[in-house]
Amino acid sequence: MIGYGLAAIGPGVGIGLIFAAYINGVARQPEAQSRLQTIAILGFALAEALAIIGIALAFVL
Amino acid sequence: MTTAVLNAASDSEGYHAPGPASFDLPPVFSIGDFGVTKPMLLLVLSVPLIVGFFWAASKNKAVVPGKLQFAGEYVYGFVRNGVARDSIGSHDFMKFVPLLFSLFTFILVNNYFGLIPFLQFPSFSRFSFVLPLAALVWLVFNGVGVAKHGFLGYLKHVTVPGGISGPILVLIIPLEFLSTVLVRPVTLALRLFANLFAGHLLLILFATGAAYLILDSGNPWYIPVGALSFVLGIAVSFLELLVLFLQAYVFTLLTAMYIGGALADEH
Repeated sequence: MIGYGLAAIGPGVGIGLIFAAYINGVARQPEAQSRLQTIAILGFALAEALAIIGIALAFVL
Repeated sequence: MTTAVLNAASDSEGYHAPGPASFDLPPVFSIGDFGVTKPMLLLVLSVPLIVGFFWAASKNKAVVPGKLQFAGEYVYGFVRNGVARDSIGSHDFMKFVPLLFSLFTFILVNNYFGLIPFLQFPSFSRFSFVLPLAALVWLVFNGVGVAKHGFLGYLKHVTVPGGISGPILVLIIPLEFLSTVLVRPVTLALRLFANLFAGHLLLILFATGAAYLILDSGNPWYIPVGALSFVLGIAVSFLELLVLFLQAYVFTLLTAMYIGGALADEH
């Protein structure tokens, strides 16, 4: 349990950074929002995959 | 992991913490040896709901849409323009709109079953319900890739990113192959499952915890903690409103992206 909590820190920081960059990008260039949104969601999904592998392992082990 | 928590909880008090076992619902009725459980019924129920809604929305077609028609068109337009066209490209996205639209509405309705009173079970928090969806997506995006580039061409398209050559390919090719063929469907299925599972578990935990601490614990000092648990349960419900939508969206968006990636001329 504690191990999974620790493992969730990394993706947490990653997701935060991704959306921070996305918000910055949209604030600078609002017309690029639809393009940036796809990229942000993709990055979010990739970062989240690590947390999900963590939770799957927590149940397997 | 959870057994330790369960034992600790049941030894000290009469409270049984919810765990993965909370998702093994007893069958509602059985046909022979085959027990039909609540998630199966919900899965089937979702289809007439979706069909009925869009049938009603498109029954009285008008140039100036009514409320229902507007709602239907909004959902359709969201999937077509916001998901399919943006990630597959305006050339050949129309072919995949039916698939993406069905996936999105199907997952969305089944997710929101988790918050509707009396139904209150997100069907996709059972992993076996998610697997066929992920398998379907895997077949489709690999299928269209093979149909477009040919088998070997598709393998090359998938494993060799553009602009890379030389010895680094020895490292890149197995990695890219692994990520496309193995990791993509697994994470796609696990993401939907794990989010719904964890969210629903959290809701059960706060709800049963609040009920136990306030009503059954017999210790007046536990009542404020139970009240906090109750408030947190409500807060998590609102979070779930967002998460349930986001998971349906992410699943559809990633499907569209994988299809778009398989169809693209180069990386």
